[in-house]
Amino acid sequence: MLLTITTTHRPATDLGYLFHKNPAKCQTFELSFGAAHVFYPEAGDDRCTAALLLDVDPVGMVRGGVRFREGLLDQYVNDRPFVASSFMSVAIAQVFGTAMGGRCKERPELVKTPIPLTARISVLPCRAGPEFIDRIFGPLGYAMQTTRHPLDEKFPQWGESPYYTVELAGTRTLGELLTHLYVLIPVFDHHKHYYVGDDEMEKLLAKGAGWLASHPQREAITYRFLKHAPSLARQAIAQLEQEDVPAGAEPDADAPKVGEPDDREVSLNEQRIGAVLAALRAGGAKSVLDLGCGEGNLLRELIKDKQFERIVGLDVSIRSLEHAAERIKLDRLPMHQKDRVKLLHGSLMYRDKRLDGFDAAAVVEVIEHLDPPRLVAFERVLFECTRPGTVVLTTVNREYNSLWEGMILEPASAGRPAITKLRHPDHRFEWTRDEFQTWAKTIAERFGYAVRFLPVGPEDPNLGPPTQMAIFTKTTGGKA
Amino acid sequence: MELSIPKMSLVVLIGPSGSGKSTFARKYFLATEVLSSDACRAMVSDNENDQAATNDAFAILHFIAGKRLAAGRLAVVDATNVQPESRKPLVALAREYHCLPVAIVFDIPEKLCQERNRSRTDRDFGPHVIRGQISQMRRGLRGLQREGFRHVFVLKSQEDADTASVTRVPLWNDKRDEHGPFDIIGDVHGCCDELEALLQQLGYEAVEMPQDDPLWGRKIYRHPQGRKAIFLGDLVDRGPRILDSLKLVRNMMQAGVAFCVPGNHDMKLMRKLAGRDVQITHGMANSLAELEALPPDVRGPLTAQAREFLDDLVSHYVLNDGKLVVAHAGMRQEMQGRGSGKVRDFALYGETTGETDEFGLPVRYNWAAEYRGSAYVVYGHTPVPEPEWLNRTVNIDTGCVFGGQLTALRYPEKEFVSIPAAVTYCEPAKPFLAAGQQAPGLSAQQIQDDLLDAEDVIGKRIITTRLRGTVIVREENATAALEVMSRFAANPKWLIYLPPTMSPCETSQADGFLEHPAEAFAHYRSIGVPKVVCQQKHMGSRAVVIVCKDAEAARQRFGVTSGEAGIIYTRTGRRFFDDVALETEFLVRVRGALDASELWTRFDTTWACLDCELMPWSAKAQELLKSQYAAVGSAGRASLPDAVAALKAATQRAGDELTNAAAILKRYADRQEAIEKFIASYRQYCWPVTSLDDLKLAPFHLMATEGHVHADRDHVWHMDTLAEICRHETRLLLATPYKTVDVTDPGGQDEGVNWWLDLTGRGGEGMVVKPMNFIAKGNRGLSQPAVKCRGQEYLRIIYGPEYLACENLVRLRKRGLATKRSLAIREFALGVEALERFARLEPLRRVHECVFGVLAMESEPVDPRL
Repeated sequence: MLLTITTTHRPATDLGYLFHKNPAKCQTFELSFGAAHVFYPEAGDDRCTAALLLDVDPVGMVRGGVRFREGLLDQYVNDRPFVASSFMSVAIAQVFGTAMGGRCKERPELVKTPIPLTARISVLPCRAGPEFIDRIFGPLGYAMQTTRHPLDEKFPQWGESPYYTVELAGTRTLGELLTHLYVLIPVFDHHKHYYVGDDEMEKLLAKGAGWLASHPQREAITYRFLKHAPSLARQAIAQLEQEDVPAGAEPDADAPKVGEPDDREVSLNEQRIGAVLAALRAGGAKSVLDLGCGEGNLLRELIKDKQFERIVGLDVSIRSLEHAAERIKLDRLPMHQKDRVKLLHGSLMYRDKRLDGFDAAAVVEVIEHLDPPRLVAFERVLFECTRPGTVVLTTVNREYNSLWEGMILEPASAGRPAITKLRHPDHRFEWTRDEFQTWAKTIAERFGYAVRFLPVGPEDPNLGPPTQMAIFTKTTGGKA
Repeated sequence: MELSIPKMSLVVLIGPSGSGKSTFARKYFLATEVLSSDACRAMVSDNENDQAATNDAFAILHFIAGKRLAAGRLAVVDATNVQPESRKPLVALAREYHCLPVAIVFDIPEKLCQERNRSRTDRDFGPHVIRGQISQMRRGLRGLQREGFRHVFVLKSQEDADTASVTRVPLWNDKRDEHGPFDIIGDVHGCCDELEALLQQLGYEAVEMPQDDPLWGRKIYRHPQGRKAIFLGDLVDRGPRILDSLKLVRNMMQAGVAFCVPGNHDMKLMRKLAGRDVQITHGMANSLAELEALPPDVRGPLTAQAREFLDDLVSHYVLNDGKLVVAHAGMRQEMQGRGSGKVRDFALYGETTGETDEFGLPVRYNWAAEYRGSAYVVYGHTPVPEPEWLNRTVNIDTGCVFGGQLTALRYPEKEFVSIPAAVTYCEPAKPFLAAGQQAPGLSAQQIQDDLLDAEDVIGKRIITTRLRGTVIVREENATAALEVMSRFAANPKWLIYLPPTMSPCETSQADGFLEHPAEAFAHYRSIGVPKVVCQQKHMGSRAVVIVCKDAEAARQRFGVTSGEAGIIYTRTGRRFFDDVALETEFLVRVRGALDASELWTRFDTTWACLDCELMPWSAKAQELLKSQYAAVGSAGRASLPDAVAALKAATQRAGDELTNAAAILKRYADRQEAIEKFIASYRQYCWPVTSLDDLKLAPFHLMATEGHVHADRDHVWHMDTLAEICRHETRLLLATPYKTVDVTDPGGQDEGVNWWLDLTGRGGEGMVVKPMNFIAKGNRGLSQPAVKCRGQEYLRIIYGPEYLACENLVRLRKRGLATKRSLAIREFALGVEALERFARLEPLRRVHECVFGVLAMESEPVDPRL
């Protein structure tokens, strides 16, 4: 909400020329989301401070159709009026545009002169933790002071807030400092209040000229600046890579690549789909159900294989189905293909006639999203009512989690395996190999199926594979 | 000429062009009943005579005819239909919908047809066409019966057509005008001792008919209150007194005090008596032996009359305005009240899967499991240990002849009355009393209810409620609800109620208020409600608490076999506590209070459903609090002092010259104060929860107990009844303070306002104003079940720390309540309906439908601040 910039360059009041704002005045600028006030809390020869204060209209924002973070802030109660966000960047560009561009008629030489500057941001939201602030501002050579604020001092158990008062000091031109702030403030917030279009990439490349390409966190910065537009971000990164990268400024290999899918997950996903396809092919299935098809990863592969003459994807989330339809280009499939593929909105908690009569069903990474007490309904719907000839079912192997850094809550001790986090916040449970196999064997026994197990992904000699797969084959005909 | 056609039939007009079919159809049938091929041609091609459009025209004609027949409506096909191949699909269509095809043939002199066609400008075909049609028609005339037409009428002249009268005759099985009450009796199989005992037990008295019939005797049983008996067939075979049973039933029918539908045994015996070659198995020998034993002079005529009696029995009956259907082996919904060979077969034999079991008996297809009809279907045929309702159907054949019992269903009371068999007269091929075939102790309905069907929830739903008639659930809302229900909700067996949303009172225009009790009082007064109950609004999370007396009660009544004896769930059907131990302990305390208040005996129940608020807010909304409320407070608290300090410095430095800065400073200082008040406000509703002792439960509705939804009690009753319960468990339970207000008394209203000011002044959220009666009808139908009136400080949590700033308040007053209110009423009606259906022991899908509806409504986008 408040950005102050202080200089001790003498005469300090020259700051007023650089900003094109008279230190004797308090000026107000109308902006789409409210107003911005510019004034000088101090203006002496030794020290001068300019303040940019945002006056965000919270009611107007809700009623005026500003883009909100999904669900959470779509309320009158939100942090927007109090934090430095893309609103602040917009204000910098509109109110300090000339200064950021490095133009000044009255003091043309001062514009190009690095002077001692301190910027203070009250407050900067950063959900990625204080280290992230260091990683972003550090390489730019600023001396930093950050103060983190508690969520509520009356409830210390609630922990720290994501809000920081940040002071950056360095000897810079004002234009440089403002440009850094303009680009980086929304990178911390990881949100934009307006639609991110193609011109946003141009903006980034223009404002990042000379420093972004060599910034070790350029990918994180790009992905976050071009929020909601990963394809733009990829383009931007490609362009940045073409710029000369000075030696020693290679991206930090250990740092997590924010906004990018994780490599190990990509390959595991692929391996999992490969294994499921192999199992379906081996069973000779011609008609296949993809139960919990999500966004259509498996469907896309199934469509490519002529063995599968009838393919139905089912999911409980209508949004996932919309994504799946896009991904498999359902609308653009040729006529004969279209009859082959169908997407259904439905649930594995309800008996559903539309699922009858299929050779096989794939249930990939689904069961761990069901509440354990409701698993009974799933079992009956699939194995008793639907009764496909083959069921290929995969789930997480919890034991494997301890091989991943950051997943261990309590390390293994004598006779007890490590206690680990769950892999996904929506996972209701994750099974060990033993638990999964016991469950699968009981199901097979109860509903007249035979079951075999296969590992998916690199197998650890002690902890098994990251994903476990069961293949059920019907042994008794008809409905149970 | 008199044309009697069955009420539900497919009437096929047959005749050449110009024979007067359309004129005839117009005269004797409704315009909507007549499906004309010419009109269909025009519909698809803009030209009635476009022969190229014929195939498409008939496709839609058949489609519409099918829809009409499916809905049980008559359809008249107005086309030439002179060729057998054009009639064949129509006969097939009638069969598909179990309707009788009727042919009306226009065998009118050719001259007349030719004349008529010449006078029509749009018919340009030559005379040979009509000649051809007539000869085709005449050739086919004799084969019409064989083609499947049950009634054929031939009009020989225009006069025949002009003077004809068409009467619509109800089907034999249509007894909608019979309203009972009835006593429906299962398979007798010659167990006349038990039958007589059962009739006596049911209150029937043995009387003699006035005329003595030497063959049949004169003894009948008659009920003094005029109840009628319905026999579900299989009177004969196997048992000891077959002819007596037959005689008694026949005489009671003659006397007009009984109905009887045929069973498969009755029909097989009938065929035997008609001299047909049938195998004498499954106890038929007993029937024949009784006949053999008769003196020859009686045997002959009695055999003939018995055959006739059995032959005349009607396959099934639809009674009591279509609400009750009786048949020997059951009746699918789409067959009820219809007549076809298939319907008759179903009535006699039910449906089999085509397989045979280990006893060599055909495996029955469980049609009742799929039954979705609204009529109650009572049937017999397959012996079962106990009669059990399943989806509004019940099999009451309890195998008397096999040593079980003879059972009657009293209708509409739906009570079972049974007489145990004196002895086992016949060993069943398959032991039907075998135990352990089913999960222990669950009813057939509960086992069936273990899984719900997607068909019952997906798509647009139309739900009939007692309180508000039809409630429509839109498809996109059902879609959203399916996801919530599938991913988060508890076992649907527990979900017998979801609370409705609640609208605030009308927006107040009073200075500094967005909501004020005066508006709530005015709201109810304006719809004609004189008295309201104001209840303190607790700020926690809505919770529905179901408590059973013990796990056994939960199993019996809810069909829950997990050993749980209750549940606490949220307004979206999600389990309140992830911690099973905590939930159990919680329920133990609530149960303790119910025990102590002797609720179980007072309400003659083993369970109770309570509508409550569970506190603190932070118990359930921890994440929301941290990510939104505390976060906003923290951000405001961290940034505003800096802004105020900077502005202060600027104004102090520049003095009075910066007047605009002074105004800005004032605004930010106000903001700083507002954020402190905001923080103070949400903190009211937060406290750490480390054990059960930190939780508070405030019940405000005792929604239902066994057999009873307490929506007929007023809110004072609910408050007092619950306060009495809360008295027994003061650690966990909290009685809700309330106050009744007469909204026609200004003094009383002032008291209400002051009470609210006092509550909210002490940090309370506000109050809920409800009409005195739980269900209140205003001048525009069902009224809002409650409106809330939230306090000034509390609303900071909803509308933001600075909502009271004048420029904000003015804008915030523009809020529309209509959608929220309409939802509240519909959800209320659905919630009560769900409970009423549960209380009536209806199948779970019927309860679930309503609960699902509430959840679906909740996905409707509404201003979340209301």
